[in-house]
Amino acid sequence: MCFEAKRLLKLALGPVLMLMSAIALASGGEVNQVNMSPGATHVGERIYDLHMVILGICTVIGIGVFGVMFYSIIYHRKSKGHKPSHFHESTKVEIAWTVVPFLILIGMAVPATSTLLEIYDFEDAEMDILITGYQWKWKYEYIDENGENVSFFSNLRTPQSEIYNSQPKGEHYLLEVDEPVVIPVDTKVRFLVTANDVIHSWWVPELAVKKDAIPGFINEAWTRAAEEGVYRGQCAELCGKDHGFMPIVVNVVSKDEYNDWLATKQAEAAEIKELMAQTFTMDELMARGKAVYDRACLACHGANGEGGVGKAIAGSPIATGELGGHLNVGINGVPGTAMQAFGGQLNDVEMAAVITYQRNAFGNNMGDAVQPIDIYNFKKG
Amino acid sequence: MGDHHHGPAKGLSRWLFTTNHKDIGTMYLWFSFAMFILGGFFAMIIRAELFQPGMQLVEPAFFNQMTTLHGLIMVFGAIMPSFVGLANWMIPMMIGAPDMALPRMNNWSFWILPPTFLLLASTLFMDGGAPAAGWTFYAPLSTTYAAPSVTFFIFSIHVLGLSSIMGSINIIATVMNMRAPGMTYMKMPLFVWTWLITAFLLVAVMPVLAGAVTMMLMDVHFGTSFFSAAGGGDPVLFQHVFWFFGHPEVYIIILPAFGVVSQIIPAFSRKPLFGYDSMVYATASIAFLSFIVWAHHMYTVGMPVAGELFFMYATMLIAVPTGVKVFNWITTMWRGALSFETPMLFCIGFLVLFTIGGFTGLMLSIAPADFQYHDSYFVVAHFHYVMVAGAVFSMTAAIYYWLPKWCGRMYNETMGKTHFWISFIGFNLTFFPQHFVGLAGMPRRIPDYALQFADFNMMSSIGAFIYGASQILFLYNVIATIVAGKPVSDEKVWDGAEGLEWTVPTPAPYHTFEKPPKIDPAHAHS
Repeated sequence: MCFEAKRLLKLALGPVLMLMSAIALASGGEVNQVNMSPGATHVGERIYDLHMVILGICTVIGIGVFGVMFYSIIYHRKSKGHKPSHFHESTKVEIAWTVVPFLILIGMAVPATSTLLEIYDFEDAEMDILITGYQWKWKYEYIDENGENVSFFSNLRTPQSEIYNSQPKGEHYLLEVDEPVVIPVDTKVRFLVTANDVIHSWWVPELAVKKDAIPGFINEAWTRAAEEGVYRGQCAELCGKDHGFMPIVVNVVSKDEYNDWLATKQAEAAEIKELMAQTFTMDELMARGKAVYDRACLACHGANGEGGVGKAIAGSPIATGELGGHLNVGINGVPGTAMQAFGGQLNDVEMAAVITYQRNAFGNNMGDAVQPIDIYNFKKG
Repeated sequence: MGDHHHGPAKGLSRWLFTTNHKDIGTMYLWFSFAMFILGGFFAMIIRAELFQPGMQLVEPAFFNQMTTLHGLIMVFGAIMPSFVGLANWMIPMMIGAPDMALPRMNNWSFWILPPTFLLLASTLFMDGGAPAAGWTFYAPLSTTYAAPSVTFFIFSIHVLGLSSIMGSINIIATVMNMRAPGMTYMKMPLFVWTWLITAFLLVAVMPVLAGAVTMMLMDVHFGTSFFSAAGGGDPVLFQHVFWFFGHPEVYIIILPAFGVVSQIIPAFSRKPLFGYDSMVYATASIAFLSFIVWAHHMYTVGMPVAGELFFMYATMLIAVPTGVKVFNWITTMWRGALSFETPMLFCIGFLVLFTIGGFTGLMLSIAPADFQYHDSYFVVAHFHYVMVAGAVFSMTAAIYYWLPKWCGRMYNETMGKTHFWISFIGFNLTFFPQHFVGLAGMPRRIPDYALQFADFNMMSSIGAFIYGASQILFLYNVIATIVAGKPVSDEKVWDGAEGLEWTVPTPAPYHTFEKPPKIDPAHAHS
């Protein structure tokens, strides 16, 4: 009831509040922002300037055109006894209103061209990040680096309970991820953008980057952030059911911080490599498996394996059946359903742990522990 | 002579077997209005879900089906057939022809539409749901990753393409062959001109769309890889083919609207159209340019910079002939004797809002800026300003303008004006704030959004409900007019109206111009 009352109040006051807040112009992901943000890059500023110039020209032309029209509407009324004149056609006027707009367009095309050429200048990038769009998450791979290859998935962190309104929504509702991509400030970062399934589009307004991620093709884009900060964006190309739920978060940090971060990630990557060769106890697998489950499976299969979008795991014939079948579903997915192939998304340790967890949690007491080497062997066939 | 002077047949067979352009026009108009209500209902579901952040009413998958069907039904079911209906009614009466050139085909091109849309709507109840890849249905989301209903969707696109092509061939044949003696091309009313050019556009691009969906069908069922890189194909190829159809398509929608406005503004300004010739040339230039700008919908797909520049320059050029049109309408009003009956109000609404949509279109044409606008709500705002305030407003104006001629009864002016003002306010409340959220970074086609977009979205939803409700008033007004409107019998319903349609009796008899009218040579175009 309280909720309804609040909603009605908001409905009634909404437009008034909105006008007030719209007047307080803001930039960069602010509440009720009404204009493009110049963002944190030089290209972004140039785009913003271009946007404002053209908006300005359109506004001036609009005032002129509508001014003449409203003058006519007010003064040339039949009800005021205005008699119609019958003039029509004037070559001079008609040439003028063809040539003048053409000249204005040339004036717009010049800065537009030079900005576009800057956007397309991919030379001298200092580092490359391969971005791959998946239904419905992003994968980042830091390539062209010495040492260990760093790669990770970045998933929506907003819990289903916030999306389905059973819990209040957080400040960065739908614009928060479990693992943001990190880039250094004042560095020309080149993004190589592609996709694994359908077309996605990687868009961070304040970094002035929007590039389609197309399966089978690799697109280029770049940014050079002038200021440290957290920049948020979203997938911009309709990519299926959860298109609205695959945000992007970019942490722009100092170069030192970036190097530390990269070193840590590389160490982690090396560690996982080592872990791959290890044998884990049941308890270790269950602990790791629960963490993976909560991150990768829970949204569809429920906190207690009770199912939801996906089938129930508690008591499922797959999770309590022969191991090979279970691995096949986890690694290769079920084509034509929402069950994706997780083989490329989880590493072998994570996969081993989560399969073990699914077979032994929620009352599925199968008692078998799956080791990373089992996953490796299964993938090899 | 007596036998040749028959009225309509009785009962259902009149409508099923009719070859009369007025009957067919009427059916097109009612059908398109039904589709307008259906597509509008889907829009209401979309706006209700977006009323607040969080998922409230529908699931994301169903939301995508709603946005997809809303677009498809509005474009192919509501706007296009409504203008074909208007063409059926008005073109023979405007050029002094007794009927359309190909009356049996005319019947057929209408009657294949209702089953097609029934089929399209029935996909909602199929396993996996209706198509959900947007009205632009980009591959591979619409092929490899689509629900099985995509096959039915492809079939319906094929059939409605067929209907459009037959309709446009008919219009071309009628205009070229059936003009009354003395009705030279440069004397034709602008509505006829804009439709003639539109019909050529349709004949040119509907087969391209048919090709695109056929390639989809092959990819889905016959193992080809036109749009799959894994098999040597290219997902971007789909977009090129689709937009080669899709961009002319938006002019197919808007050119007849230009024609309507060019008839109505002079009538209520009591002054001839300022530059008839330049209007014809501007229409033809827009039609030509529409073929060479398609990739401006695809600035972010990773085209080479030379391609981007070409499409940007070509797109910017469209502003020139479009500007010529707007300037012409305004100069027509200048120093006229204006009155503001409902059709004129809708035309002025069109003029203001379409011009705003034109400005945002110019902004979108600037490739570097489009990197920020593309696929955001700014685009949604832009195309609703040109589609709704452009095409739908002008169509509404046309209904009010010609309805008294069609049924011999006058609509209720107060109710008409109320309809206009509610529509105008509702429309702007819906779509103006969408410019803001788009610029602030809200992507289109999302079922849920970040909290900073909440207020403007609520505003938008309220506006949409108002605009939606105002259409009920419209429906009521039209029905009330047909059933019990005040009878009018003047041939010229509007004192400023010009053209052959105003020389036949009111209401227009079942058959008009069985003998060609005499065209007064001094009296060029309306």
